[in-house]
Order: sequence, then structure tokens, then C-alpha cells
Amino acid sequence: MLSRPLLRFVRDDRRINFMRGRHMGLIVSAVLSIASVILFFQPGLKLGLDFRGGIIVEAQTPGAADFGKLRSALEKAGIHPDAVQAFGSPRDVRISINAPEGADREAQTQKLVDGVKTAISAAEPGTQVLRADAVGASVSSELFRDGLLALGFSLAMILAYIWIRFEREFAISAVVTLILDLTKTVGFLAITRFEFDLVMVAALLTILGYSTNDKVVVYDRIRENLRKYRTMPLRELLDLSINETLNRTLGTSMTVFLAALPLALFGGSTLTGFATVMLFGIVVGTSSSIFIAAPLLLLMGEKRLRKGSSTPEAE
Amino acid sequence: MMYYSRLRLLGVAGVCLIGLLLCLPNFMRAPTPSLPWRQIHLGLDLRGGSYLLLQLDLKSLEHDRLQSLQDQARQTLLDKSLGYRDFQKDDQTASLSFAPRSDDERAAALKTMQDLPVVVPDEFHVTEANGRIVLTLQHDAMLARARDAVAQSIEIVRRRIDATGAIDPSIAREGDDRIVVELPGVSDPERIKTLLGTTARLTFRLLAPNPSVASPGSTMLEDISTHSQVAVQDHVDVDGTDLTNAGAVIDQQSGGWAVTFQLNSAGATAFANTTRANVGKRFAIVLDNKVIEAPNIINPITAGSGQITGGFDAHSASDLALLLRAGALPAPLAVIEQRTIGPSLGAASIHAGIISLGVGFLLVVVFMVLFYGRFGLYADIALFANLILMVAILSLFQATLTLPGMAGMLLTLGMAVDANILINERIREEVKRGRGPLQALQAGFERATSTIVDSNATAFLAHVMLFVFGTGPVRNFALTITIGIVTTLFTTLLLSRFLVVRWYALARPKELPV
Repeated sequence: MLSRPLLRFVRDDRRINFMRGRHMGLIVSAVLSIASVILFFQPGLKLGLDFRGGIIVEAQTPGAADFGKLRSALEKAGIHPDAVQAFGSPRDVRISINAPEGADREAQTQKLVDGVKTAISAAEPGTQVLRADAVGASVSSELFRDGLLALGFSLAMILAYIWIRFEREFAISAVVTLILDLTKTVGFLAITRFEFDLVMVAALLTILGYSTNDKVVVYDRIRENLRKYRTMPLRELLDLSINETLNRTLGTSMTVFLAALPLALFGGSTLTGFATVMLFGIVVGTSSSIFIAAPLLLLMGEKRLRKGSSTPEAE
Repeated sequence: MMYYSRLRLLGVAGVCLIGLLLCLPNFMRAPTPSLPWRQIHLGLDLRGGSYLLLQLDLKSLEHDRLQSLQDQARQTLLDKSLGYRDFQKDDQTASLSFAPRSDDERAAALKTMQDLPVVVPDEFHVTEANGRIVLTLQHDAMLARARDAVAQSIEIVRRRIDATGAIDPSIAREGDDRIVVELPGVSDPERIKTLLGTTARLTFRLLAPNPSVASPGSTMLEDISTHSQVAVQDHVDVDGTDLTNAGAVIDQQSGGWAVTFQLNSAGATAFANTTRANVGKRFAIVLDNKVIEAPNIINPITAGSGQITGGFDAHSASDLALLLRAGALPAPLAVIEQRTIGPSLGAASIHAGIISLGVGFLLVVVFMVLFYGRFGLYADIALFANLILMVAILSLFQATLTLPGMAGMLLTLGMAVDANILINERIREEVKRGRGPLQALQAGFERATSTIVDSNATAFLAHVMLFVFGTGPVRNFALTITIGIVTTLFTTLLLSRFLVVRWYALARPKELPV
């Protein structure tokens, strides 16, 4: 009968001893995060047009794109592109130019984009412009500031919420775990060379929100069990809580993963990077809920946690 | 908890039905134009079109005000027969300064300056330094003027864009000194950029007595008909604000294109007076500080109409006429951000968005049935309702949907079933602990609710922040997710629970399919 579930991630009576691997988990996580921080500075993130300023023109030529011809046509028009690259099909070409320097750079930026369009249409008649973006230097620095503000404020709101809803130990462990998650995602961005732009800020935030959500569920259960089993050693209790919520943790990760997967596969150039980073973030967020968030609580010490949740009639 | 009152039942069903009705306008044309037919707007990235961010030139606004303040100050001093020496205008510090003729007149001059009429409150401060009287424009007052200027500019920008025949443009203020223009379907915004980049301030001024050198009270300007420099008096005899109409015509004499204009009565009188008094002299027709032409005044022009011939072609003549009809901008606008999406990319993006949404939805639906059986199926029904309600709310507010917005909808669907998973896992645990079906359901719903609210609250807060501080694509993403969280709470806490309760009431099963 189809009315019963056919599949399950983990058998209900399965008790995996996650706490045994806690040191390993923390060490691996710390190493990866430190490596990510290094990657953040060297080679650093590849800034997208939003944050870098400049010009990107994407066009589709009638036949296979002749990059040399396009480049020389641009040079002849007095435009020096920083990159003329292929993307998507062999007919697609992307021309990018960094923001010009000088006093009237804003006006120059806007003029350049028209120049590029004219030059490539003349070189390859029948060329279709798919996208033409020009972002002035003043706008790009503002967008960058606003993006970071959005990220900062959201993070602050999440932290405030956990701080209010849970004891201090939980909040601190959650913060540390989230920072570890975030740094790894930034490292992933640095390695994959996906462009860091406004959409990517949204991806980072969604990962943060999702990861928090995951931790909240596990912490909820730990808190409940702390009240229920007053004599159980903390290590055992954490293991029990993780195991009890394991099917839910994996289930929700799976549905979010399945939802983001088609975006990565069919989303087109705007969303592929966004969705791939999301997928990475989901994997990191899920594993940190299991291997990092709870072990950190154990490090915080059993006594303090027990005290935090004790009631007058205890003992 | 387990028994839904009739009222509540009707409420849940009613919301779903209304949601379904609100979705319909997106898929068909309005049967009659009078119906309130609210649809989701497709963003430029899906429709194709251009986005322009225009920045008002504050410096020029400041410069203009400084110029008029200087004229005003000098005139007032003269009227009161107070003398001044060494009148200076400094654009860098946005200030004017002069030395009074003598120390006796200092106090009177100071008082006169303080009593000058202002356009906005606290517009400039009057101080004394090194024996000079200094008038300094205040930044806040200039910002207030910029806001007014932006409001005026929006009207003019709208008239200019409407005249080009662009369909459904959206023109809105952003911040103190910026305007956002969205032009759906316009994939080559060059003409509009040129039109908006022209201030179109037309003035008629006499040439300086000696047109080859700049004397006090005149400025060297470029004459574009002869490509030379001529000295033109700063005093404006007739201003383009007095124009009532303009049009492009073929000049009878030369056969080339020309622009005719018609002045209102004030303009016509001023024009008549100037031309009558200056027959034989040359006057310049100046557009945005460039001399279009500088003809001799042969006869007084009293009819208040005239013609400008400045080497136009059909295009430039009709564009100038359009600009003159729409009016001059209070200050120049510069494009500082431009994004254009071609129609083919827009269509491809819609395609990508819909395919992703479809495939993602299907994957989640199949997963839920495989892993959660009958209750998974109920979760899927709620998920479908969730999608409908999201579309309904977006339609109701006639919100814009972009590709990142569609991604937000899809991620919402992925996250939404989390609530169902939480409930199901809880019920399952309660069953394992040996509770009967009814108690297990009850305990499951009750205990999972606080966790569901907790986890959605954090996501909600994060995305509201993202909406407030975000710009462009990020905002739309945050908007759909925020709406999605609200609809998720409804569909999971009310609808899917209702389905389970109905099933239980009808089937009265001995054990639960978890």
C-alpha cells in the first residue's frame, strides 16, 4: 500500500555515535575554514559587475564567434576590452571592460557600452545583443556597501533571535558554527571563481538562514532532552538528540537540495553560480549541524548547560 | 486541535479558492476592460528591456543657484545704492563674497544680504571674513532643492519618454538625487539616453558688443554652426520656459530641416521688446550653453513665434522639438548605471525559470511521497496550494517577478515541506513510544508547531533585512521568500493539518501510515 513511506534515510533505532568523531569534525572544519580565509585574501573573490563597476556586453553572432575579429574591431574603435570570452554556445561572446579611470569616468563608462555595441554590430552584421550592462564606479561601491549591510544586519537579526530564544551557550555555539559555515562558502566562491555579486549576497544569506534553521531544530531537541533526561551525561544526550532529529535533518536538506538542483542545471548564467553555491552551502550547513554545532556545546561544558536549564524542583 | 470548526474549515477552503481566482488573470486576457485584472509584472530580465539609473547633477544646480543669487545680490545692493567691490563667485566652496564700498555701509550691506529672499528655508549663511561679506550655500538646503528638482525632472523625463512611444515605462525617484527609469521592450536605449542626457535649456541672449572676447557680464560659448567661440551676454532676454509649442518643419528657403517655436504672451512681449531695441545686432539662440545659431535681427519679431535653423536633419530637428515641448530639466541628468536585456535572453530566462520551477517542484513532490507516504501526499497538496498562494499575493499587489524572484519561490517550496517533515517525524516518534493514532497526531502537531515557528521566524527576519537593505535582484528574491514564508505557515499549519485531520475522521485507522 502506497500510503506508507517507502524509503527512509536512517532506521529509527539506529544510534550513530557522532560524538566520537567530534574532535576530528572540529579539526577538519577549522582547517577548511582557515584555508578559506587564506583563499579569501589570496587569490581573493572575483568581483562581479555589480561590485566592480565597468561594462559587460553579451552578444550572439550569426555564425561561430570570431574572437580575434571582434577584438580587432573593438581596438579599431578605440576600445580596449579586458576580456573577450566565450560563454554558453560557440556563437555567444562576452566582452568585459573594467571601469575607466579619470574625472569623467561615469560618462565614459556609459559611452563605452554604446561604442562596444556599435563596433561589434559593424564587425559582425546580424549580431544580437543579449545583454549590455554598464555600472558606474560610484554605483558599484554603493551596491557593495548595501550588500554588506544587508548581510550584516541579517546576521545580527538571526543572532539576536537565537540569543533570546536559547541559553547563551547555544547562541555562542550557533554563532561560531555559522561563521565556520560562512567562511567555507566564501572559500568555495574563491576556488570556483564564481563572480561575487548581489545575487551571491542573497545566496550567502539564504545559506545562513537555512543553516540557522537546521541548528534551531537540533538545539530545540537538545534543550527538550536536557529537561527530560536529567541524569544522562551530556555527551550521550547530544548523540541521542542528533540521532532523533537525523531523519528530519537529512530530509529537509534533501528537499532544499532538490529544489536548488534544477536552478544549478537549467538556471542560465544568472542563476548557475547562485544555485551551485547554494548546493554547497546546504551540504556544509547540514554537516555542521551534526558534526560542529553539537560538539561545540559539549566543549562549553556539561555543568553550565545543566545549570542553565535547571528548575527549582530538580535534584 | 483535532476538530476543525465549520467556520475554520470554510476559512481555509475560502483562502485557497480566492488564491486560485487571483492567479487566473496571469493566464488569460481580461474579458472586459472594466474588471480589476491584476497580474504579476515580469521583471526586465524576463521581459527584455532597459534599466537606467540617472543622477541629477547637484554641482550644476548649485552653480545655477549661485549665479542667480549673485544677480539678485548685486541688483538689491544697487537698488539700495550700496556699493560693493570685487564681487567673487566660488563654485568650489559654493559661496559668493564681496567687499563693501566703505565701512559705513558694512552693517547695511550685511543686513541687506541677510534679508535676501530664499527659495528654501536656511538656504545660505551670511558671514564676515577679512573685511568681506560671504554668502555660503548650505548643503542641506541644496539637497532639499535637489529633491524638488528630481520631482520636476521625473515629470519632464516622463513626457520625453512618452513622446518616443515607449510602452509601459516606469519612472521613479531613488534617494535624494536619482531617478530610476525602466523601459520594458526597449533593447536599444541609445536614443532615450541621448534625450534624457540633454537638459534642453533654451535661451535667447544678445551677443556681447565685441563677440570675439569675453567681457564682464558675458561668457565665451561654442557656436556649433560655425565651430567657433563667441562671447554671449549672461543676461537672458527670453527663456525657453516661455515656450508653448515647438515642431519640426522643412525650411521654405533652404529646404533643410528647422524647428519652429511659439512663445506665450510674456515671452512674446519680451521677444518683441528685445528685437525692437536691437535691430541690426546679433542675438544668440543658446541650447545647453551651446550656440545653435546667432542671426542678425533684421526686423522686430512681434508675433511671438520663430524658427531655428541650425543644420538639423529630420532626426535631430524632431528630437529638439520634442525636448522643447517636454520642457527643460532643472539640472543635467547623467546615466550612471545601465542594464539592457535583449528580448531573446529574456525569453530564455523565462524558459529557464519555468523549467527549474517545474522540475524542482516535481522532485520535491516525488521525494515527499516516497519518504512520507500518504502524509507526504498531503504535504504535496499543501505545497501546490503554497505555490498558488504565492502567485496570488504577487498578483494582488501587482508585484514584479524577476529570475532571482523565481529562484526565491523555488527555494521556498523546498523549505516549506520542512514543516511537514518536522510534524511527520514527531508523529512517528510518538507512535514508536506507543501512543494511539489520535494522541500521536495531536502530540505531533502540538510539539512541532513551536519548532516550525522558530525556524521560520529566523528566516523571515533575515529576508526582511535583505529586502530593506538590498537592491535590484536581491530585493525581488527577498520579497518572494518573505511572502513564501507567510504562505508556508498557512499551508502547513492549517491546510495540510486539515487534510490529515479530515482523513483521520473519515478513515478512523487503527494505526498511522508513518
